[in-house]
Amino acid sequence: MKRLIYELTESFRIAFAQIRANKMRSALTALGVIIGIVAVTLMGTAIRGIDKGFQNSLSMLGDDILYVQKWPWGNVEDWWNYIGRPPIKPEMAGPLNTVIAQTPNSLLEVAVPVAGRGTTAKYGENKVSNVITFGTTAEYSRILNAEFKEGRFFNDTEDASGRPVCILGYDIAEALFQDRSALGEQMFLNGHPYLVIGVMAKQGSFLGLFSFDNQAVVPLESFRKSFGTRRGAELRVKIKDKTRLVEAKEELVGAMRRVRAQLPGERDNFSVNEQGAIKETLDPIKQGIAMAGLFITGLSLFVGAIGIMNITFVSVKERTKEIGTRKALGARRRTILLQFLIEAVSICLIGGLVGLSLTYGLVFVVGQAFPSFPVEFSISLVFVSMAVSVVVGILSGFAPAWGAARLDPVVALRYE
Amino acid sequence: MAPSLAPDLTGRVTRPAGSLVIDIADVSKLYKMGDEIIHALRGVTLEIRRNEYLAIMGPSGSGKSTLMNMLGCLDTPTAGRYLFNGKNVAHMADDELADIRNREIGFVFQTFNLLPRSTALANVELPLIYAGVPAHTRRERAAQTLTDVGLGDRMTHKPNELSGGQRQRVAIARALVNHPSIILADEPTGNLDSKTGVEIMELFEHLYDQGNTIIVVTHEEDIARHARRIVRLRDGLIESDGPAL
Repeated sequence: MKRLIYELTESFRIAFAQIRANKMRSALTALGVIIGIVAVTLMGTAIRGIDKGFQNSLSMLGDDILYVQKWPWGNVEDWWNYIGRPPIKPEMAGPLNTVIAQTPNSLLEVAVPVAGRGTTAKYGENKVSNVITFGTTAEYSRILNAEFKEGRFFNDTEDASGRPVCILGYDIAEALFQDRSALGEQMFLNGHPYLVIGVMAKQGSFLGLFSFDNQAVVPLESFRKSFGTRRGAELRVKIKDKTRLVEAKEELVGAMRRVRAQLPGERDNFSVNEQGAIKETLDPIKQGIAMAGLFITGLSLFVGAIGIMNITFVSVKERTKEIGTRKALGARRRTILLQFLIEAVSICLIGGLVGLSLTYGLVFVVGQAFPSFPVEFSISLVFVSMAVSVVVGILSGFAPAWGAARLDPVVALRYE
Repeated sequence: MAPSLAPDLTGRVTRPAGSLVIDIADVSKLYKMGDEIIHALRGVTLEIRRNEYLAIMGPSGSGKSTLMNMLGCLDTPTAGRYLFNGKNVAHMADDELADIRNREIGFVFQTFNLLPRSTALANVELPLIYAGVPAHTRRERAAQTLTDVGLGDRMTHKPNELSGGQRQRVAIARALVNHPSIILADEPTGNLDSKTGVEIMELFEHLYDQGNTIIVVTHEEDIARHARRIVRLRDGLIESDGPAL
């Protein structure tokens, strides 16, 4: 055991002396590993970033909210089974809440109707098109999981009387009012006047598809007056315990069937959607991209590994006589094997460290330049890439090192 | 061979030989070179005792190198018996042979075979590393041995900062440092000028006086004459074995 430690110490000393003596060669070989490690770790960072962005987006939908809609989320191939469904009416929220109230130990808290459409918001000369405008009840504030920048949500009275008040998303408020406060200002949605009583804090966009900051919320009654609800709506249902989502979903389906007076055996003529469904649809795609990305970047690391193998072969060849001498002096096979493995691993580790620093720098720069771009550098990345470097060193150094260890001392000593 | 401590005709002292170190009986070695089989050794019997000073001579192709590799446990015989200090080394595995070489044999090569990027001290320490000697003891013993061969002031020099003679002294220190049973020198003066060669042979004489067992393989009569006993090989057989005159 002691002997092994002395041999290892000696091997490290020799390895670094060797790297120092062949600076150019070692640097070029390490460069292969550096490129490989940078590619793989950058890919890993990007994958983590995308994953994080995805999680953020999903949590915006609310992990305790069920969406009752005409169409299911995700891909629909048998569209003809859905097209004939009756629309979801905002008025169904009342009966649904009654059913919920009648159900003992209900897992559902409250159902809120949400009708929506695209509008153009206007204030003086400033104009924002494609504003998603929701009409909903005052109960919406119970399912809202976002912060207010300023102001408040509308109350029951404003809701019931259909007062023309609105809550704006961050981006709209900024576009219409710039740095000024939007509170108390009169603005127009598709030409209908609305008084701003609240502005939401910045939330970001969902998978880059649509922005939560590009929304306006108004009382359902005012929405009906201004835009009508013939296009249908959706019901958002908050559940009490998000760990019992599946049961809650079952309960909601049953309650909706009662509200819709569907007969037993009849297929549901509505869909209950939740964020998990999106996750299920997107997860395989995400994983596919991750696998393909890691595989392709892994190829560059593989090229780096071939460089290491090559240089170790050259090193063994050059030092055949030294190997013979060492064997004559009592070096066992293990000793020689370790010596060359450590040399290969050392170059890989140096390459890995440099590569990791480069990745860290790049991630930092990208993070500074594009704050919205989801990249994330993690400690686990450090350990994983160091482990990968060591494994690459061992795998690529093994064949030449094993060859060196098995050399016949007589032949090695005679080698010139 | 009658040992006598009195100086002989040339003024040298032959020390009494001790216990049997090398016991080779009827050893042969075959090599395959393509389709041809080469009999490098054809049944060699040889005994070497502690504190002998022996020269092995022979023209090229005589089996001299093969015998040296065998004696140095770098190679194993095809047939025959080889006992080293009573241990049968004829059929040992690679790593066992490595341990024998480490503990029992000190090699001195014609081309010195020092590690170019290591200091004299580090070169001499190497066998002790393989023997598992702790660092401080290692350094002490290596430094002492270097001082013994007259290089006390050259320990931190690398081989390319040393003269040929100094390099061979480092190599000899490396061979001595683990207190081996035999010192096996292969043409130790082959790469040195004659003046330096004489100095190296004086060093061997000194080591012999201190009780070391020395085997020198050479094709030079002048060198062989320093030994007390000369074994001559020809065509894979021992041609003669007797005291050096």
